[in-house]
Amino acid sequence: MQKFVLSVLVENKFGVLTRVAGLFSARGYNIGSLAVGETEDPGISRMTIVVEADEKILEQIKKQLNKLIDVLRVQDLTGGEHVGRELILIKVKAEDIKAREKIVQVVDSTGGEIVDIGKKALTVEESGDEHRIRALIELLRPYGILEIVRTGKIAMQSEA
Amino acid sequence: MAKLTGAEILIRSLKEEGVTHVFGYPGGAIIPLTDKLYGEKSLIFHLTRHEQGAAHAADGYARATGKTGVCIATSGPGATNLVTGIATAHMDSIPMVAITGQVKSALIGNDAFQEADMVGITRPITKHNYLVKDVRDLARVVKEAFHIASTGRPGPVLIDLPVDVQLQEAEFKYPKTVALKGYKPTYKGHIGQIKKIAKAIQKSKRPVIYAGGGIIHSGADKELARFARKANIPVTMTLMGLGGFPGDDPLSLGMLGMHGTAYANHAVQASDLLIAIGARFDDRVTGRVDAFAPDAVVVHVDIDPASVSKNVRVDIPVIGDATEILKELNKLVKKGDYIEWHEMIAGWKRELPLKYQEDDRLRPQYVVEQLYELTKDKDVIIATEVGQNQMWAAQHFTYTRPRTWLSSGGLGTMGYGLPAAIGAQIGKPDSIVFDIAGDGSIQMNIQELALAVMEKIPVKIIILNNGYLGMVRQWQELFYDKRYAFTVLSEDNCTMCPDFVKLAESYGAKGIRVNKKADVKKALKAALKEQGPVIVDFIVEREENVFPMVPAGESISNMLHGLA
Repeated sequence: MQKFVLSVLVENKFGVLTRVAGLFSARGYNIGSLAVGETEDPGISRMTIVVEADEKILEQIKKQLNKLIDVLRVQDLTGGEHVGRELILIKVKAEDIKAREKIVQVVDSTGGEIVDIGKKALTVEESGDEHRIRALIELLRPYGILEIVRTGKIAMQSEA
Repeated sequence: MAKLTGAEILIRSLKEEGVTHVFGYPGGAIIPLTDKLYGEKSLIFHLTRHEQGAAHAADGYARATGKTGVCIATSGPGATNLVTGIATAHMDSIPMVAITGQVKSALIGNDAFQEADMVGITRPITKHNYLVKDVRDLARVVKEAFHIASTGRPGPVLIDLPVDVQLQEAEFKYPKTVALKGYKPTYKGHIGQIKKIAKAIQKSKRPVIYAGGGIIHSGADKELARFARKANIPVTMTLMGLGGFPGDDPLSLGMLGMHGTAYANHAVQASDLLIAIGARFDDRVTGRVDAFAPDAVVVHVDIDPASVSKNVRVDIPVIGDATEILKELNKLVKKGDYIEWHEMIAGWKRELPLKYQEDDRLRPQYVVEQLYELTKDKDVIIATEVGQNQMWAAQHFTYTRPRTWLSSGGLGTMGYGLPAAIGAQIGKPDSIVFDIAGDGSIQMNIQELALAVMEKIPVKIIILNNGYLGMVRQWQELFYDKRYAFTVLSEDNCTMCPDFVKLAESYGAKGIRVNKKADVKKALKAALKEQGPVIVDFIVEREENVFPMVPAGESISNMLHGLA
């Protein structure tokens, strides 16, 4: 099993997300993450889907997606150059001054931002590629992570 | 421009699509539509007695005529009763448009009376579906629905229509074209790939054509016959492909797969080139996939890219329409001989023919054979139920023309045959239409006999009555130590329940019972003469089995032969 990044252009119509999600569940494909939003054309949305599959299943996923009437284009970004980003919010325990100082240092060093300060916790925002996100989570883990929210990956093919 | 109601727009749109018959059942959320259909002379509503019957009748109509079948039901239970029929059509790629009433737009999502989320329920069993929220979209949606249902790999499309939208008014203008950016089926095959097939044929010593339902859908039967005869390649057909190549042609191997002929299965297994056309390597065909046609270069011609390399590794894929591709291929292909190969196949045909015990007992295979003998020169259509009856009908009747064999292949839906036969008879009034049934499956949609009687639709029902759910009983006999768990339909205090002759009579149809082999021909002749619908109840050998049989999950080389 390998991770693949698919960029799928779909009609921006009611029910399209269910059609795509339903296809994955009905055929037993694994979705790693799915992010969807409007494109420059409000009639069209783009889904970035990270799937876990082998080559044969990936081929089926692409073909089955293409069969959906509302799917306009399926692009496999995995092999080629592409920019992938994800946004994450991490609520981390920060009950004493010492911990707070250390967390601030970690966040500064990784280019993240503290976006909410509570009495007992800080919320950190970070966006970046997978490595960066994973690194930040690992750095913050020792302080006690209370909650994580992630958008799932969005991706765009690089300009040649 | 004058305004029309949604119901009127729908009817006008159906007429624009050339629809002349619809099958359905009324209900609260579809009254505005059925009201406008009332008295229509050029768009006839056929009242089935269950919505499942309506869906299968539309399906049978579509299979027999090649046109898109249309069924109509109300919201909620009416619509959910269509589901099995829609799924049946979906699995077998049958063009169908299902129209369902829906609760008032304002009530959708409120768990209103007779509300069901039909777009959600039918999403995995339709090619596409619509909920029409604005009457101004309706004509476009109908246009798209028929286009999607009937082009590419055909399939069912559902239109869910809230009752208030049926009453809203709009100007009617039927679109001339569709604009679907995400739907453009490929028809022309890649010429380079087609050349590769021609080359592979030249290199091959043991080629076999494996033809599926796509031949029928595409109308490719003539091009297929030209191809097979020119190249001199034997043809085996799937259950869905029967009639796609003349079964009485010397090149025909009959059906392959779990209950295929021994010679078809041996030929496929020994082939060095397997040319699949409009077939999808279903598990009932391939048996154990990794042992299927082990030495063959595999060619796959199919209009659906997702069918290619889904189950079996394909060496030469060609995406497109079977007719178009065969036309191109026929230009390239040269006369072949394959003398040794044909001798080998002739040997299998001699040694391992389809057979059953020929004695004086009333055996179901004999009934089917006699039906064929009596009708082979006539314009006859056979519908079937599902189970042993279906397999005997596939094996012992010879299909020589497309659209004369109507059977639920992919989904295997018991109860399909009678309503499908009725739909076929309505579409083909000059044909003689039979439903070959078992005593189990006929009971699943027997209520449609009322429609046949009321509308004088002269379908002829052959019940191969063994008092069992025979196919499951056969598996239990062979693999479950003869433990006939819940497959016995006839017991001491229920030997004739129901009595199908009396049942036929209670509907106002003719009923004939046959207990002896000697009476089979006479009864079939009487049925053929009958002007109205008739049931012939053949009390057959109870524990007759369908052979050959490939046990589930085994290689198709490992057939059980019963008598051999």
